[in-house]
Amino acid sequence: MNKAAIPLILFLLMAGLFLFVLQKINTGEYDPRDVPSELIDQKVPEFDLVNLLDANDTVKSSDYLGKPWLLNVWGTWCAQCWKEHPYLMFLARQGVPIVGINWRDDMAEARSMLNTEGNPFVETGFDPQSDAVMELGVYGAPETFLIDAQGMIKVKHKGEMTPRVWEEKFKPFF
Amino acid sequence: MMMRSLLIVLLLFASSHASARIAAYEFDNAEQESVYNELVDELRCLVCQNQTIADSNAELAQDMKRKTHELVMQGKTKKEISDFMVQRYGNFVQYKPPVDPTTYLLWAGPFIILFIGLFFLIKIIRNRKVEKPAVLSDDDKSRAADLLNTKTK
Repeated sequence: MNKAAIPLILFLLMAGLFLFVLQKINTGEYDPRDVPSELIDQKVPEFDLVNLLDANDTVKSSDYLGKPWLLNVWGTWCAQCWKEHPYLMFLARQGVPIVGINWRDDMAEARSMLNTEGNPFVETGFDPQSDAVMELGVYGAPETFLIDAQGMIKVKHKGEMTPRVWEEKFKPFF
Repeated sequence: MMMRSLLIVLLLFASSHASARIAAYEFDNAEQESVYNELVDELRCLVCQNQTIADSNAELAQDMKRKTHELVMQGKTKKEISDFMVQRYGNFVQYKPPVDPTTYLLWAGPFIILFIGLFFLIKIIRNRKVEKPAVLSDDDKSRAADLLNTKTK
């Protein structure tokens, strides 16, 4: 074989590999920013946050033992949170209990979003300093957890909640 | 000229003052401070990924620094705090990953590549043709001497 062809073949192999990985990223099968979930099948961490809508009330993870519930981390600064909001409204109307964590947000803006777009949350904890967020190992929003009746985290979904995600990952628990 | 260098020196002080202000945490003793400084240099900022939380000013990194400080002040050891972060964010949060079966390749990889490189280097050196030094017989020498003498004449 012609020795001059070796660099070309190496180049084509590399190009093929890059194309393969890029396609995986585009279809969402592979996310280079993904960090493996650590908290699956572990007890949901304790948190105790001020209620976004009532400064005298608190939102605690321990209040929700006994039935499966969703925990959704959101903020008005997060575009995907706005996108998934109507679907969360839909789920709430179906009777799915969703607890919100409003992350690093402006209280007035967060309240006004719930006023104008509707409030899908049973309660929303206000977390301006990432206290609960760090306990949950969250580093981006939106992120949705499913916690079962025993208080164990069963599913963790990063990114927008969509009908497909719901059907595949969450619905079997309800 | 004198004024200009003076100004530069002053500006240098100004910038060091600014960076000192960002990390304005207070500690009870020097040991706590050094634990804190070691930790923020070893924990990865998850939203920027290629920076430590000490380098990053991202909001999550600020909160992680605050949490680290809080845990240091509670008297937690370096190991306990780094375990706390790993428990929540996984090994990825550490810049220095632990040596375990999933990271063997990561740790050994550079040495494997080094040895492959050495192997080929030695092979190439051995295959190199050794140039024989020109050996002249006595005949050749006298002929050469003759030629040289005729030239100079």
